[in-house]
Amino acid sequence: METFWSSPVGWLVLTAGQILAVLVWILLSLAFLLLADRKIWAGVQMRKGPNVVGPFGALQSFADFFKFVLKEIIIPAGADKTVFLLAPLISFTLAFAAWAVMPLAPGWVVSNINVGVLYLFAISSLGVYGIIMGGWASNSKYPFLGSLRSAAQMVSYEVSIGFVIITVILLTGSLNLATIVEHQAGGFWHWNVLGGGGLKGLPMALVMIPMSVIFFISALAETNRPPFDLPEAESELVAGYQVEYSSTPYLLFMIGEYANIVLMCALISVLFFGGWQAPFPTPFLAHWAPTAASFFGFLWFFAKIIFFFFLFAMVKAIVPRYRYDQLMRLGWKIFLPTSIVAVVLVAAWRVFGPGAGA
Amino acid sequence: MPLQAIAFYALAAVTVFAGLAVVFARNPVHSVLFLITAFFSAAGLFVLMGAEFLAMMLVVVYVGAVAVLFLFVVMMLDVDFATLRQGFARYLPLGGLVAAVLTVEMVLAATSVAHRGAASGSTAPAAPNGAMTNVEAIGRLLYTQYVYVFQAAGLVLLVAMIGAIVLTLKHRSGVKRQSVAAQMARTAKGGMKLVSITSGEGVDA
Repeated sequence: METFWSSPVGWLVLTAGQILAVLVWILLSLAFLLLADRKIWAGVQMRKGPNVVGPFGALQSFADFFKFVLKEIIIPAGADKTVFLLAPLISFTLAFAAWAVMPLAPGWVVSNINVGVLYLFAISSLGVYGIIMGGWASNSKYPFLGSLRSAAQMVSYEVSIGFVIITVILLTGSLNLATIVEHQAGGFWHWNVLGGGGLKGLPMALVMIPMSVIFFISALAETNRPPFDLPEAESELVAGYQVEYSSTPYLLFMIGEYANIVLMCALISVLFFGGWQAPFPTPFLAHWAPTAASFFGFLWFFAKIIFFFFLFAMVKAIVPRYRYDQLMRLGWKIFLPTSIVAVVLVAAWRVFGPGAGA
Repeated sequence: MPLQAIAFYALAAVTVFAGLAVVFARNPVHSVLFLITAFFSAAGLFVLMGAEFLAMMLVVVYVGAVAVLFLFVVMMLDVDFATLRQGFARYLPLGGLVAAVLTVEMVLAATSVAHRGAASGSTAPAAPNGAMTNVEAIGRLLYTQYVYVFQAAGLVLLVAMIGAIVLTLKHRSGVKRQSVAAQMARTAKGGMKLVSITSGEGVDA
């Protein structure tokens, strides 16, 4: 068996199996997170939300799935057919490709590459293509306007996300996501949001707490969530870039969007809130079986993802939509300078602070 | 390693095909999309060579930012394909000349590097030897040996950026703009006047 798993074919089978496992986990979680999103939204507005399919409407997402898949795909006349169908596929694929480097638990990662953070950043910067291509290929005004808005918005907020990520990289000294998580071991006061250096690093919390807030808000903008859902602002553009989409292509856009949201939640917890680390010291894990310890970490990670998803849903429910110039002002005139100053401060702390050279 | 060979040939074939398609595609938007494909597979080739940092930078900078702007502009332009193709024959000699010069230069550079070894002449940028990731290797080189050149490159970009802003900035007079500070500073005292009205008389502004 040893030789089979180390042979190229065995490696292919093993990797494909891991990818499939992660994929199934994300898709299943998405089905229920999507329902949770609608339920939370409904709860804030004192409605019941979906409550017909299954107990408490728990199977609503599956019903929706089958409905989407069984409907007819309509391609508008004059649309660029190839690009039109390629766009949702790109959105969908990229949203899941990013998960390849996400450390789900100690040792549970499909590909533990050295430049994991950069890979995530690169993949999320590609996400804009699905939207632009979809908007352009529809050969229609509203989708096109939506996609142009989206392109400008996503490119703008990527800049501040990039600088916020740099502060985290400076604190941990690694681009590897698993190393970043391991660096935050030992309780919540070791998490990057509180400076990442235990009690000695606490002064950096003054910089890192605002950075995590900026990252959260930029993540909202990057995933086109309310209050930054201008690309699909339904009161202005009907549904923006997805107006002309129906059936399965629309479903792919939708799943891609939610997969990206969950990815951003996971990224926030990995970068700032310790990923799979429990908020208290866990020396007892050394006596556990490795699988049990990994599962323990995975539960914490999942809980953090759900918590941030809850925040995403609450923001959607209670914050009114930004105007376009306000959105751009926030990104370029407030977040960008703030995060650049933070990079300088964190770099200075690493060089002159108590943990210098570590 | 057969897997790497397969990956290399697949990526190389896609790169070359996409590169050709950039030139031959009828629709300029398709050209840009093929250009993105070419960038992306070139990044894949970088990964195969062990230069994962450069690969990610290629994707982040070129695909994620530069090509988005390309696409943006090309989509907004109303390009007439027929006239675009008429110019093809006229520009062919000049374009061919430039392409030929570039090809010769690249072949020369590649052969000389192959003869002398990539790192000959300078003092060991060193292939990542396991002890050092190539992010670290590039960082050390950029911020020690080449720090002034690196900073100068940054300054050039800054000047270019400021130049672009200066050239396009236009202060239009007579445009009402939102002043957030003024809005936030507004209080009930200065912004509102309470008038007590005797009924049946109306208000005199």
